[in-house]
Amino acid sequence: MTLSLAPETAHAPAPSLQPQGWLRYLSFSTDHKVIGLQYIVCGFLFYLVGGALAGAIRTELLTPISDFLPRETYNEVLTLHGTVMIFLWIVPVVNGGFGNYLIPFYVGARDMAFPRLNAVAFWLIPPAGLLLISSYFIAGAAQSGWTAYPPLSITTPATGQIIWILSVLLLGGSSIFGGINFIATILKLRRPGLKLMQLPMYCWAMLGTSLLVVLSTPVLAGTLVLLSFDIVAHTGFFNPAMGGNVVVYQHLFWFYSHPAVYIMVLPAFGLVSEILPVHARKPLFGYTTMVYSIMGIVFLGLIVWAHHMFTSGTPPWMRLFFTIATAFIAVPTGIKFFNWIATLWGGRIALNSAMLFSCAFIVNFVFGGITGVALAQVPFDIHVHDTYFVVAHFHYIVYGGTVFVIFASIYHWYPKVTGRMLNEPLGRLHWLLTFVGFNLCFAPQHWLGLNGMPRRVAEYDPQFQLINQFSSVGALLMALSTLPFLINVVMSAFNGEIAGDNPWRALTPEWLTSSPPPVENWKGEAPLVHEPYGYGVKPGELNLAATSGRELWSLGQDPGRGPNRPL
Amino acid sequence: MTTLSTSESQLPSTEAAADQHGEHHGDHRLFGLATFLVADGMTFAGFFAAYLTFRAVNPLPAGASYELELLLPTINTALLLASSATFHKAGSALKRSDNPGCRRWLLITAAMGFLFLAGQMKEYFTLPFGLTDNLFASTFYAITGFHGLHVTLGGLMILIVWWQSRPGGRVSAANPFPLEATELYWHFVDGIWVVLYGILYLL
Ligand code: HEM
Ligand SMILES: [Cu+2]
Repeated sequence: MTLSLAPETAHAPAPSLQPQGWLRYLSFSTDHKVIGLQYIVCGFLFYLVGGALAGAIRTELLTPISDFLPRETYNEVLTLHGTVMIFLWIVPVVNGGFGNYLIPFYVGARDMAFPRLNAVAFWLIPPAGLLLISSYFIAGAAQSGWTAYPPLSITTPATGQIIWILSVLLLGGSSIFGGINFIATILKLRRPGLKLMQLPMYCWAMLGTSLLVVLSTPVLAGTLVLLSFDIVAHTGFFNPAMGGNVVVYQHLFWFYSHPAVYIMVLPAFGLVSEILPVHARKPLFGYTTMVYSIMGIVFLGLIVWAHHMFTSGTPPWMRLFFTIATAFIAVPTGIKFFNWIATLWGGRIALNSAMLFSCAFIVNFVFGGITGVALAQVPFDIHVHDTYFVVAHFHYIVYGGTVFVIFASIYHWYPKVTGRMLNEPLGRLHWLLTFVGFNLCFAPQHWLGLNGMPRRVAEYDPQFQLINQFSSVGALLMALSTLPFLINVVMSAFNGEIAGDNPWRALTPEWLTSSPPPVENWKGEAPLVHEPYGYGVKPGELNLAATSGRELWSLGQDPGRGPNRPL
Repeated sequence: MTTLSTSESQLPSTEAAADQHGEHHGDHRLFGLATFLVADGMTFAGFFAAYLTFRAVNPLPAGASYELELLLPTINTALLLASSATFHKAGSALKRSDNPGCRRWLLITAAMGFLFLAGQMKEYFTLPFGLTDNLFASTFYAITGFHGLHVTLGGLMILIVWWQSRPGGRVSAANPFPLEATELYWHFVDGIWVVLYGILYLL
């Protein structure tokens, strides 16, 4: 195992059997930082694919008639878009990507608990993704949307649907392996002396997310196996024509897929909780309430799934229960929202790209949260279910929330990963285009939904044309916004300003090592950071040899103190 | 690991790091396995939930019913429960460094596992319905089949551990992890069966 070489790296470069240089990123590396980047880059490539598919959808919807794509192709494109974005971009990147890069730092470990399992989990993704995309060329992709509701998924062409199921099963497996690894790393690999309540918030977010992954993903896997029996072996689990029950599929599917929305958004909550204190120079507000809210969301997230099924003949008691439970989720979510605001309040905010994306996240997310609470009210939901209102709601959460945070995180951690800064003006241009494009694309869809435009259709009532065109222009802006980002990321890797070890003067452990960090994260001992958010003292007064937040800042005031003296 | 001793003195903290990743992390691996079994258990929970809902709301076609013969599955239940006990015996024998005793109990356990599978096969061939006959039939085969897969895998794992615990093999009182992991898994599979028996056969 590479890990046992740890002490050597402090003296001379360790001889390694694993490839070095950029080739590492194409290898079965067990280094958590390599794996993290593999997830992020691979995810981004799939994001480009998913984006191209979105472009096709928005082009088709420029006109009320089906003219750009054949109808079947539209369904395939729609299904692929949703599946790629959820299972190949958002879930792998906010969990596997940033999780692998940061969690070992945060717990003071040199790697994840199970490095080889970790590499296996990553390497399931590229084949699964290629399989999914290739289905389009082999036999036509699945046409039943990312939810694969039967009987539609049983009656549409079988080959594409079966490939879709296989691919999602592989991705689910990858996700479960990752979840097990995060739980074990956070609970079992903490550096001696580091208490759970001293962990950076992202650890808590990942612990909560991983619990959801482990508890709910297997249910989806089992359900999809039954669905594949219905398609291949002609059983009738979900086939009403054979005495089966489609609503059971919906229950099982949403038992995974509502938690899945938190699997997509909780890690983003965690990341943003790391970014805000650094650039506002203030401690994270309400650490303890944050932790309890995360755990509250995990618990409630498991018992609200049927709010997706209010129009599926759900009995009144069920509607009542799930409406109330869903409304309750607004409480922990609201606590987090106010904690972020309070963190920013009175801070010395640096409005750089990382901060701009984080603030935009707060704005977008609160909007998506409000429409979510609205959707949980049965009388309202019955009117807008399966309309563009739902599309607008979840894009505000998934894109306006999570994708914005992914970009914020890239601006924040790029200097650590590469040792170079990203270009700020380009970053701000990227932010501006994304923010305007995103809101132009999705805000009008609320109106479309309220006025009755159904989702998942290639043709619509001509009265909706103008608003759809606004939306498509927004999508175009979003596509364009990727350009400054790509240019920035590539150019800065070669001629960005040298970042140094800690350009943001941050206190979390990943900054207390070189940029990029050495193979086993620290030369010598891992720092013991008791207070990851102890910001608030004048710059220039910190000594990075100190290891706790309070010590770090107090040193400047009293130069006579040694780095290890207690306060 | 070989170079560790030379540098240990200079780097006080690497001891902790080394022990995180060295031979002593059996407990992490067992913890990881337990987490995986929770996930696996959720798959069964999903199946059971589906079965119970079908049963509550979906009438079967005339002639079919949710009733099953009890004799063979009851014998099978006893077999699996006993095999959990014999596996436990194998574990304690290994702790005492009684490797031959451990291996004997392992073989007995594996034999009971495969006997269970034989019983299951016999039941499959004597049942009056096939996979696609009705909703109950499909669910029954799906759930028992998925469980049977677990038993098959477990039986094979036991044989592998049996092989590894030969004199000079890698499983011994000093390195009991493969045996402990298989044992945990086996108890899990037995536990699931008890629930399955209760829901599918008794209820
Ligand atoms: C936190 C992140 C969230 C994400 C990622 C998210 C995502 C989604 C997605 C993907 C759908 C569409 C499902 C479909 O029909 O295909 C959806 C629908 C829904 N969401 Fe959210 N949501 C989030 C938060 C919330 C919140 C906070 C609430 C309520 C308090 C909520 C309530 C609903 C409801 C009731 C629907 C069902 C609408 C319908 O289909 O009629 N969501 N959400
Ligand atoms: Cu939901």
